[in-house]
Amino acid sequence: MIERDGAFHRRAAPGARMVELTVDGRAVTAPEGEPLATALAAAGILLLRRSPRAGAPRGAFCFMGVCQECAIFVDGALRQACMTPVAAGMQVELRGVP
Amino acid sequence: MKSDLIVLGGGPAGGNAALAAAAAGLSVVLFDEQPAAGGQVWRAPWAGKADPHDSPERREGDALRDALASSPVDLRFGRRVWSVGRAFRVDALGPDGNEWVEAPRLIAATGAHERVVPFPGWTLPGVIGLAAATVLLKSHAARPAGPVVVAGCGPLLAAVAAGILKAGGDVAAVVDLASARDWLVAVPHLASRPSLLAQGLGWTLKIAGRGVPVLFRHAVRRVEGAERAERVVIAPVDETGAFTGGSERSFEIGSLVVGHGLVPGGEVPRLFRAKTRFDRLRGGHVPELDADGRTSIAGLYAAGDGVGIKGAAAAVLNGTLAGLAAARDAGRLSESEWRKRAEPARTAAAGLAPFSDAIAGLMALRAGQVASVPAETVVCRCEDVTRGEIEAAAVAGATEVNQLKHFTRCGMGPCQGRMCGETAAEILARSLGVEREAVGQWTARPPLRPVPLADLLGRFDYSDIPIPKPAPL
Ligand SMILES: Cc1cc2nc3c(=O)[nH]c(=O)nc-3n(C[C@H](O)[C@H](O)[C@H](O)COP(=O)(O)OP(=O)(O)OC[C@H]3O[C@@H](n4cnc5c(N)ncnc54)[C@H](O)[C@@H]3O)c2cc1C
Ligand code: FES
Repeated sequence: MIERDGAFHRRAAPGARMVELTVDGRAVTAPEGEPLATALAAAGILLLRRSPRAGAPRGAFCFMGVCQECAIFVDGALRQACMTPVAAGMQVELRGVP
Repeated sequence: MKSDLIVLGGGPAGGNAALAAAAAGLSVVLFDEQPAAGGQVWRAPWAGKADPHDSPERREGDALRDALASSPVDLRFGRRVWSVGRAFRVDALGPDGNEWVEAPRLIAATGAHERVVPFPGWTLPGVIGLAAATVLLKSHAARPAGPVVVAGCGPLLAAVAAGILKAGGDVAAVVDLASARDWLVAVPHLASRPSLLAQGLGWTLKIAGRGVPVLFRHAVRRVEGAERAERVVIAPVDETGAFTGGSERSFEIGSLVVGHGLVPGGEVPRLFRAKTRFDRLRGGHVPELDADGRTSIAGLYAAGDGVGIKGAAAAVLNGTLAGLAAARDAGRLSESEWRKRAEPARTAAAGLAPFSDAIAGLMALRAGQVASVPAETVVCRCEDVTRGEIEAAAVAGATEVNQLKHFTRCGMGPCQGRMCGETAAEILARSLGVEREAVGQWTARPPLRPVPLADLLGRFDYSDIPIPKPAPL
């Protein structure tokens, strides 16, 4: 049986300031300034939203601001997670994701 | 604010265009949505990234960033350009809200984006782009969940597989659409750039040294999993990329990294309805340019992978030439001074042609790839439009891509057809039995990239993301 990783891997810089953000009420720690999509993937949160028509699971895909699959609510506003740097106390909502 | 020249994009092309024009005495404003110059290939690590590794790309990017920092170019990073208007007014959304600049000349160097030809399961979380993986590895010090299968075509395959291994990851297989022979045919041309050939060989050896299976002439058949990618099934293909019916193999995965080459963005020339042509080798519709990057619209120049896939080295040279042309047209460079600066770049660009053709050839779309997309597979991710629905639209009378958009909403979502556009156009052309050229190109509409209206105006919701109005039929 092959071990499957639950999450992406990231190496934080030795001096990086780790901050806490909240994802649907759950605390996640990430280096300040890291693109949010990467921070979520490194916390094992790959499922970010459901497609509007078929309700199919979706996650970050292009990591360069083009596909819009990572559009989630950050502090109440819709943001592209791959283009949004992590900040302390950020409130992330994956609306529509069970 | 007014200036002599606006450059859109701070990658190899735009960065060098801005430097060349500023050195000739033009006042230049450079916009890029990234926090620093470098574009896709020389992308800067974000500030907190772990021990930034030393690589040729890193050094070239640092050199460009340093040159720009010590130049008089007005650098506007962290600004997403969402509108480009006549007289060349550029509107961008930055940290302090909207800002705009006007200039009689504009160089569009907005780069390319990735093509992924759909297969069942490609929309599952855990499936990411191949170019996307270069961003993770280079800029985020991150790697996808393992085991990883790396699939698709072109030079990024080996680079990404080796990068994942180097970062301590587990690569289950490399699945290449090309045959070993395709690579051998391309290698003599790649050899015109020895440093890159050595890099390529290094990647290949790294993969071989770890005993990672490399499956040539194979492609992804489907990805299985409920809420995320769990298993990838691959199968042999012929030289067109169509499945041969040969036996399937499957791999348990944490992630699938997959990409089938690049598509030139080219939205700014399209927005101005500059003359374009379809160029399969270069990835799609490209503006018609003269040798210095002038489009058919006076004052509008274009350079880099956004006007046809040629790679970073060509982007540097074409960007420089466009910057010099803008300075010459503005009357700031005499004929002889312009010639002195442009000649070396022109010669070098001509010398690069075999290399860029070989690279582009390895990444170009093959006819059988699109033919293999099953009818029930989603093509347009934003609107969940399947291949079958595109074909139904063709039967119902859609003869051109902008009509297809009206029939199916394909290409109407927030990515504005960047992810699906080329595939959908190929499917439409095939079902009508016409050449790709005959179904036309997607009309570019503002906003160039979606910007939250809230940041321009006030509070908003998903439905407020400005989505371009349908094109007139
Ligand atoms: C995701 C990705 C990864 C790649 N990785 C590699 C690699 O590792 N090695 C390699 O050899 N080639 C790579 N390529 C190929 C790459 O296209 C070229 O080699 C090279 O980057 C082209 O340079 P350029 O200046 O034409 O465009 P780019 O380098 O793409 O630069 C374009 C710039 O324009 C900016 N931009 C675009 N639109 C807007 C807008 N509306 N508002 C503000 N800014 C905007 C972008 O942020 C970007 O910085 C990659 C391509 C992509 C898409
Ligand atoms: S992952 Fe594609 S826009 Fe963020």
